[in-house]
Amino acid sequence: MANVLLITFTISLLYLGIAHRLLTYIKILAFQGVLLFGIAFIELIEINVVNLTFVLLETIVIKAIAIPLFVNYVMKRNRITRDAEPFLPNFVSLIIITLIIITTFLLSNSISDTRISKIYFVVALSTLFTGLYIIVTRSKIITHIMGYLVIENGVFILSLALGNEMPMLVNLGILLDIFASVFLLGIFVNRIGDVLKDVDVDQLKNLKD
Amino acid sequence: MLKHLIIIAFVLLQIGFTVYEYLHINTTELTYFTADSMAVLLLLTLCVISMPAFYHSYVYLGTKQDNPKHTAIYFAAMVALLTSISAAYLSNHIAVTWIFVELTTLSASALIYHRRNNRSLEGTWKYVFVCAVSITLVFIGILFLSFSLPKAGTDALSFGNLIKKASELNVFWLRLAFIFIFTGFTAKLGLVPMYTAGIDAKDKAPSPAGALLSSVLMNVGFIGIFRTYTVAANSPIHQWANHVIIIAALLSIFVATVYMTKVKNIKRMFAYSGIEHAGIIMLGLAAGGVGYYAAVLHIILHAFIKSSLFFQQGQIYRIYQSKSIYDVGNYFKYNVTGSVVMLLAFFFATAMPPSGLFISEFMIFRSLFEANYLWILIVVMVLLTIIIWAFGKNIFKLLFTPAVDFKEDGIEKINPFESVSQFILLGLVVYLGLNPPQEFVTLIQEAVKNLPH
Repeated sequence: MANVLLITFTISLLYLGIAHRLLTYIKILAFQGVLLFGIAFIELIEINVVNLTFVLLETIVIKAIAIPLFVNYVMKRNRITRDAEPFLPNFVSLIIITLIIITTFLLSNSISDTRISKIYFVVALSTLFTGLYIIVTRSKIITHIMGYLVIENGVFILSLALGNEMPMLVNLGILLDIFASVFLLGIFVNRIGDVLKDVDVDQLKNLKD
Repeated sequence: MLKHLIIIAFVLLQIGFTVYEYLHINTTELTYFTADSMAVLLLLTLCVISMPAFYHSYVYLGTKQDNPKHTAIYFAAMVALLTSISAAYLSNHIAVTWIFVELTTLSASALIYHRRNNRSLEGTWKYVFVCAVSITLVFIGILFLSFSLPKAGTDALSFGNLIKKASELNVFWLRLAFIFIFTGFTAKLGLVPMYTAGIDAKDKAPSPAGALLSSVLMNVGFIGIFRTYTVAANSPIHQWANHVIIIAALLSIFVATVYMTKVKNIKRMFAYSGIEHAGIIMLGLAAGGVGYYAAVLHIILHAFIKSSLFFQQGQIYRIYQSKSIYDVGNYFKYNVTGSVVMLLAFFFATAMPPSGLFISEFMIFRSLFEANYLWILIVVMVLLTIIIWAFGKNIFKLLFTPAVDFKEDGIEKINPFESVSQFILLGLVVYLGLNPPQEFVTLIQEAVKNLPH
């Protein structure tokens, strides 16, 4: 069952590559949050109850509900236009993300470790690189943050691979999540919106040599 | 008044804490904090630099009529930064180090944003974003490290345990872990690939804060890399890790050279010089032998020199109201004491003989030679010569060439007393380099004892 959810997660990455509107990005992020909730529930059922409740609440409340709503609020407040404005056409994005997935798939063949199941490795790494790809090919600050949130999701999946043995690392990953959502989104985007009229990275290009 | 008392109390506490840790060396407290020799050395450095940093912050904030709220945030952020840096030095568990490195990003961003204009916003945004991505990379590295362990447990990721088990770690995962952790910490230390954000941050932060960012905060990145490298050095991937480090170091020195020759902003020039030194330090680590000792000596002395350069830069800005090399000049005429500091600090930063950096750099070159990295040595020496030329060109322009269109009336008179702390820091560099006290040498030797010789 966890495998089905993980594969659905990977498919959502492909959808992320061809999405046009920022609202779609937000919906995909929320959907990924729900998937992570399912994966965490299946994977971590053996750890102690308090910890499990914490992890599950974090995935469903923060990842699936709070962050998407908050991103939406930030977009409305700063009047960000609804288009994602990628530098490359969506078709190219689709091919590149497919290549990322295939490469991590091939890379995973070199693992001879029986303890770590390969699917976590593949899904986590392809999510990570897709997130990086989204950061470098989209022009808005808000899409950069969304790319970062996708990376966070990948990290969360990776931390689940050994989650039974080391629940502490899953909790640390959650700390990272809260750091990102509260700090990057909460304080920063509001500030940027106040200082700059249009929230676009092109305005942040003055510092250079 | 209360504010002043609290700051003084914090400095006293910091000194007391450092002395306490020095006296209780190698004891573990609160499970996750061990004062080993490396941590004590860097804590002493932090302690020495933090006092002038507070003093110069007062001078800096006193010259501008600032909003009291912003001043309060500035000092609170500085205290938080120093505290989290100390904790990051002392932690003996990689996850705990990670948490405190994350906290340094938070507190440093408040310092960078102090001026609250478009440019400082841009600097802060880039710094926070790049640091957030790098801290994620470090976390992924920690996850891979946990995969490499034969049997997992909560205390399994402490550095002591990792070094003990180093030969049993799974090589594939350990390699991935080393790459990710190294890349992540380069954002703090200032190496290729993640150095970019640090440059903007040091440029936009007020100069006393910039001094902290380019000295003690760089040491945080160093201690992260150093402790991870110690684990890798005791495992089968030692050679491979050396190659990774050498590639990053060479690229860093190269990038620093390229930018040093074309950069026109004095503060950014100092920041790029920091990248060059970080590269040299990493070469020392990779070369091994006497290079280990030299690398640790180099990072401590570099922290003193670079912070005094940044403290001094605050005075230059007050006279010329500009950081561009085109707007400054003839500095000897306006501030003799400051010019002497600048000249001395330039000689010291480029590792000319009275400077302690000469000793450490010489030892690093010797270790490179002994480790048969002759070609790397030659390339580095050529690049360093270009850096000295570029650095010198700008500094001599600042000191001797008259500035174009500069109006002399109404410029601020700088009190020579403000340069005393820089003289002390530079004096320390000579003293520790040429005639180090026995305790200092023992501390450094203890700090590198876990590395294979």
